[in-house]
Amino acid sequence: MATRKNPSPDPDQPGRPGDAAVSSAEWLTNEGESCDVVLSSRVRLARNLAGHLFVHRASRDDRERALQTCRDWILGARLCDRIMWVDLHESPQLERNLLVERHLISKQLAKGKPATANGAMSPPSEEPRAVAVSIPDERLSVMVNEEDHLRLQILRAGLSLSDCWARASAADDRLEAGLDYAFSKRLGYLTACPTNVGTGMRMSVMLHLPALKVTGDIEKVKRAAADMNLAVRGFYGEGSDAVGDLYQISNQTTLGKPEGAVLADLQDAIIPEVIQYERHARKSLMGKRRAALEDQVFRALGALRYARLLAADEAMQLLSLVRLGVVLGLIDGLSVQAVNQLFLLVQPAHLQRVLGKEMDQEQRRIGRAALIRERLK
Amino acid sequence: MKCDNCDNEATVRETILRDGSWVEVHFCEECAAKQGIASAGTSLNELLTNFVLPQLTGEPAAKKPRPVKARVPVCPTCGFSFEQFRQSGLLGCPSCYTAFENLLIPLLERAHEGAAQHVGKIPRRQTEAALGKETVEGAKALAELRERLEKEKLLRRQLEDAVKSEQYELAARIRDQIQRLAAQPQETPENG
Ligand SMILES: [Zn+2]
Ligand SMILES: [Zn+2]
Repeated sequence: MATRKNPSPDPDQPGRPGDAAVSSAEWLTNEGESCDVVLSSRVRLARNLAGHLFVHRASRDDRERALQTCRDWILGARLCDRIMWVDLHESPQLERNLLVERHLISKQLAKGKPATANGAMSPPSEEPRAVAVSIPDERLSVMVNEEDHLRLQILRAGLSLSDCWARASAADDRLEAGLDYAFSKRLGYLTACPTNVGTGMRMSVMLHLPALKVTGDIEKVKRAAADMNLAVRGFYGEGSDAVGDLYQISNQTTLGKPEGAVLADLQDAIIPEVIQYERHARKSLMGKRRAALEDQVFRALGALRYARLLAADEAMQLLSLVRLGVVLGLIDGLSVQAVNQLFLLVQPAHLQRVLGKEMDQEQRRIGRAALIRERLK
Repeated sequence: MKCDNCDNEATVRETILRDGSWVEVHFCEECAAKQGIASAGTSLNELLTNFVLPQLTGEPAAKKPRPVKARVPVCPTCGFSFEQFRQSGLLGCPSCYTAFENLLIPLLERAHEGAAQHVGKIPRRQTEAALGKETVEGAKALAELRERLEKEKLLRRQLEDAVKSEQYELAARIRDQIQRLAAQPQETPENG
């Protein structure tokens, strides 16, 4: 079943305002493996249509044709029970930003133009592009006409890379049954950028590493990751800072290494090691520096409960400490899931959606503080 | 890796046009500067006018920069040039990978821990296509083998008859034929 409706809070749904805007996304449930440290796992596959120009070279007509071909097949391929199709070139800016904040589309796809060399913001373009999202779980999404014609993603809670890979590969098989992929025996799946060629696969894990940040050992993790050809990025991917002590670790090599080997390295070796490292740091903080740790955690909780102006990054940083406090059992009466949801709700587009109006930066800071106050009562 | 020019460690790797073909060169910072190669931020265009073209024509650098467009490989399918790729980091179409293969392989090896051969998932359709081809070839080889065995069986019967009827000269000729048949190279699905 396909629907073209965008996600919006249901006025009839019981609960606090904003619940409907976040509660459906499965990766926020905090139910997966190692969810004390791992927020979510993600597998992304880049695919292109044979016989088409890559997206950045394609004319508007070419893009429209590619979009049509992909739409017909994606909506017919039974990738999931219910799928929502959003034509991004026709949707308002706020909707696009919501999808970015929910990790369903990239900033680049929201904007519709490749990032300029000097990082200057260009106005959103109306180039034909879209995203298909499985609802209500938001586990699967397929971006169409991003850097590659297709970018298929599976996003789940906790450390669940093998499940994500199995689902992504199965969905990929279904897409491939009706779409002619650009593929070569030597170089694998042909992508617009040679850094993705081969498997076209990016596996990433979103980790909450507040204790390693406090002890300073996060730098060791970053160095070790770089040595293993892994990328370490922030909450919102490339170029974003690690606000809220959230770090994404992902593979960079896509050629000469099968998906299963990348999976085994990350899921069974590297990520468990980082998890253990973070847990060990938390334990040692609880043992040797308990008073200082409690002080930081409760100051953060206090600030969130009483602040009258909060910027998004500041809120994220405070929420990070509160999440740590909840996981370590220092704070009662607050669930990790509630904190995870706040990570999302404090983002500008979500905040405006929840509060039901467009706001400038100053108004958002007031609104953000009020929303958090209400939720942490 | 050593510098192509001296004993220093090479830090600059570039793909350049030399004697009409694209080659990879390695220089230390110093020699690279002497040769007119900058380690970073030099566009291919600049590189060609300052370094490659004078070398080709034997003229000093500043004197006679020539238009470089015709020298830069272009994808015959989409018209995208390697120079455009160097500027944008993106290729024009899937066929660009074939058109620029020699130039891309060193870049791919740098980006992917030395690898330039896909070893992961293969689209199911491609697998089936490959299987189909192999099956056809396998069937052909099998038919040839069966034909040979049949021939051999016939010859052995003739040999038996010849021995029985004491036609020893004929028997010797038949034995030679059987040996020649067995000495033929085995047909396999790979080379058949
Ligand atoms: Zn040198
Ligand atoms: Zn091309």
